Amino acid sequence: MNNSDFVVRFAGEGGQGMVTSAEGLAQAAAQVGYHVQTFVTFPSQIMGGPTFAQTRLSASPILSSGDYLDALVCFNKEAYETHKDDVRDGGVVIYNSEDFQLDDSSNSVGLPFAELAKSTGNARAENMIVIGAFAHLISMPREYLETFVTKRFTRGRPGDEEIIRANIEALQLGGNEISKSGFQLGELPPPQPPEGDQILIKGNDNLSLGAIAAGVNYFVGYPISPATTILVYMERNLVGPGRFVYQAGSEIESINAIVGGGYSGAKAMTSTAGPGFSLMSEGIGLAWMAEIPLVIADIQRGGPATGLPTKTEQSDFLAALHPAHGDASIPVIAPGSVEECYDAAVHAFNWAERYQGPVVILSDHQLSERSQNIPRPNPNAIPIERRNVYSGNNGYLRYEGESVSPMPLPGGKGAYVANASEHDPSGDTTHLPHRHVEMTERRFAKLKLLENEHFESLNTQSSIAVIPWGATKGSMKEAYDILEAQGLDIAWYYTMFLHPLPIKLLEELQSKDLVIVPELNYLGQFASYLKTLDVRAKAITKYEGLPFKVADLVDKITETVTEFRSRKVRA
Amino acid sequence: MSKKNPEYDFKWCPGCGDFAVKRAIEMAMRQWTIKTEEPIENTVIVAGIGCSGNLVHLVDGDQPFGIHGVHGRTLPISLGVKMGNPNLNVLLVAGDGDFLSIGGEHIAPAAKRNLNVCAVVMDNGVYGLTKGQSSPTTIIGEITPTTPFGKVEDSINPLDLYLTLGVSYVASGFSSKVKEMAQLIQDGMEHPGFSIVHVQSPCTTYNDNYDVLRGNAKKGIAPLAYDVGEEHDSSDIEAARAIVNEPGIPLGLIYQNPNSIPLDARVTKSQEKTSFKSAEDQIDAFTL
Repeated sequence: MNNSDFVVRFAGEGGQGMVTSAEGLAQAAAQVGYHVQTFVTFPSQIMGGPTFAQTRLSASPILSSGDYLDALVCFNKEAYETHKDDVRDGGVVIYNSEDFQLDDSSNSVGLPFAELAKSTGNARAENMIVIGAFAHLISMPREYLETFVTKRFTRGRPGDEEIIRANIEALQLGGNEISKSGFQLGELPPPQPPEGDQILIKGNDNLSLGAIAAGVNYFVGYPISPATTILVYMERNLVGPGRFVYQAGSEIESINAIVGGGYSGAKAMTSTAGPGFSLMSEGIGLAWMAEIPLVIADIQRGGPATGLPTKTEQSDFLAALHPAHGDASIPVIAPGSVEECYDAAVHAFNWAERYQGPVVILSDHQLSERSQNIPRPNPNAIPIERRNVYSGNNGYLRYEGESVSPMPLPGGKGAYVANASEHDPSGDTTHLPHRHVEMTERRFAKLKLLENEHFESLNTQSSIAVIPWGATKGSMKEAYDILEAQGLDIAWYYTMFLHPLPIKLLEELQSKDLVIVPELNYLGQFASYLKTLDVRAKAITKYEGLPFKVADLVDKITETVTEFRSRKVRA
Repeated sequence: MSKKNPEYDFKWCPGCGDFAVKRAIEMAMRQWTIKTEEPIENTVIVAGIGCSGNLVHLVDGDQPFGIHGVHGRTLPISLGVKMGNPNLNVLLVAGDGDFLSIGGEHIAPAAKRNLNVCAVVMDNGVYGLTKGQSSPTTIIGEITPTTPFGKVEDSINPLDLYLTLGVSYVASGFSSKVKEMAQLIQDGMEHPGFSIVHVQSPCTTYNDNYDVLRGNAKKGIAPLAYDVGEEHDSSDIEAARAIVNEPGIPLGLIYQNPNSIPLDARVTKSQEKTSFKSAEDQIDAFTL
């Protein structure tokens, strides 16, 4: 067992403070320099329903939110039954003895959560009782938590002092009570604070920050899980002169509004999830056809239709690539971590401005809600691009030429019609066969402007490779490190630029005998796309609404590679 | 651009009401550029799909900007253009099918926002471009290719609908009265808020109702359309509601809310409660 890396899960009924507990613990640990990652999942209802939130904290960098639990905190019996199998051997269950009793006390300890909280004078301090109890199990110094509580509740209000006192008492009480059980999970080593400034942030917030840094000044969205937090962030922060943020009446309104915004010169964006993305199809086609820069963030959830609104899945890749009818293929950037959410947004705007068309950011539920410590983003790290604006005289042919051309903005010279129908260079509707050929080829040729060489690779001489995409990157990288230590000869590739793919990356993938693609969908969507590009790809799929476990990836990849090599030998 | 562009081969049928709407829009835009001293490039025409939407390619003289978008979405696209650059004069052209059927869901939110654009709706009571199917304003019982045994739905009363939804400027025009229509459109562009000029624009091929609208003494047909007249108080919503529910089609300014505050002004006011936050400021909020 690893004594510098712990996973705790808080499970119960929504509203019992699971998320507050996990987030609080993560914040307290990150403040003193530990690496943290949370994972949250809940049902699609306002209150109640089975919910869980977990925190992984470690003295060294971590890439996933953890497979198995060192500690499980159960607020009720149902939570215990649901999650007990995820507790590792030697792990500890802390349960609410006011709700139920467990006969086996070899790995469990009951505490009266509510009674203990009440005894501090603050009935709402239940989450501090359980955090205190867990902190004791890993010998986390109490002052870390006490500093956090003091910082959090010092809000300049009259009751602050009393709330701080009660919460600190609750932390101590939780620790003292559990100490009677004699359980211990190990000793958390002192933190090794990462170099440079850190922030603690969720994927959707970081994606929003990236968009702000890229210069978004026009945002229209419609509430939908798990993308709502981006709209909410923008409503609060995309303010001031020259900026516009708005809740539209539907996703059809959102997409068409940002088409109008992009046309008028704004850096326009919307965010949505599967059902809203489906409604946007025609509008995305319009942006492709009329050559309007804009960015759509699709925060994937389980599908199809209403699907699993609050669970994670990577099943929108093919829809993102081909959202609309007709010949179109939309650029797609999929961040693989909370940190990459920021960069993905900046690159998406740069792409949209450069090729003058729609770009999709494909994130997912697990990234959207995950809190993680990351290096403080630097708004100057990636140069911000701006579309080539037409500055000549009237009589301009906006759609002339074989690739992107300067874009006139209303209010300036060069009036034209941005046309969703096939058009001639001036923007007027046409049905001539050679025009449709010219214009179709022009639109596809513009994608060439987006090709770059940004990808990760390791052990590239191996004939078998693995390439995860999106949020599967983290757990796959941890699995890869284990496989490498076990001596498996396999190459690693990763990029957030899914379409168009970096040319050199594609060439390398094409040279492999087998390219394994772990992805959270039934179809093996990214693998099927790679196959159309002459890559011998094979998907490893999962579609439970939950992320991959590292251990499962280790097993499945070993199995796939072994089977492939034995077949090759037989052949 | 059509006259200078032989490649663009779209044509309205002879006698189509849309010719008159085009002339009225050209007149209104000209007056607007003179009055505001702003260049024509400050005007954007957002067009829907149908015979009416082709107007954006047919404007003669100095060219405004245009978007010929997808079916039914002129209002959300206009929201985008106007709020992307509130200094622009945004004019929207659509037919009764585009605006009232597939695009009907967008009228209520645009009215509540008081989106500062002027919509010119060309009502010919039929889907013309797809050859004569029934539209929201086709009258009940009418035989069309999609209602071979007679339309079973009631037709809607667009003017009543606009008033009910709270549109802050509602006017009614007729393609036989170009000058009056031009004035209504110009006033609509100047109105601070959402304006709709709903125009009777007959389809001479599939629904030629000129005689019904204008009347034809020889055939003994009394005119359906009539001037609202000086006595109508267009600032009185009750009077407006009454007049659009009487028999016949009133022409002229039906209603104008004298206290109209447009969306762009509302947004500016709401933003006064806060201030600009740079990317750096926003990143700071997440510092541990």
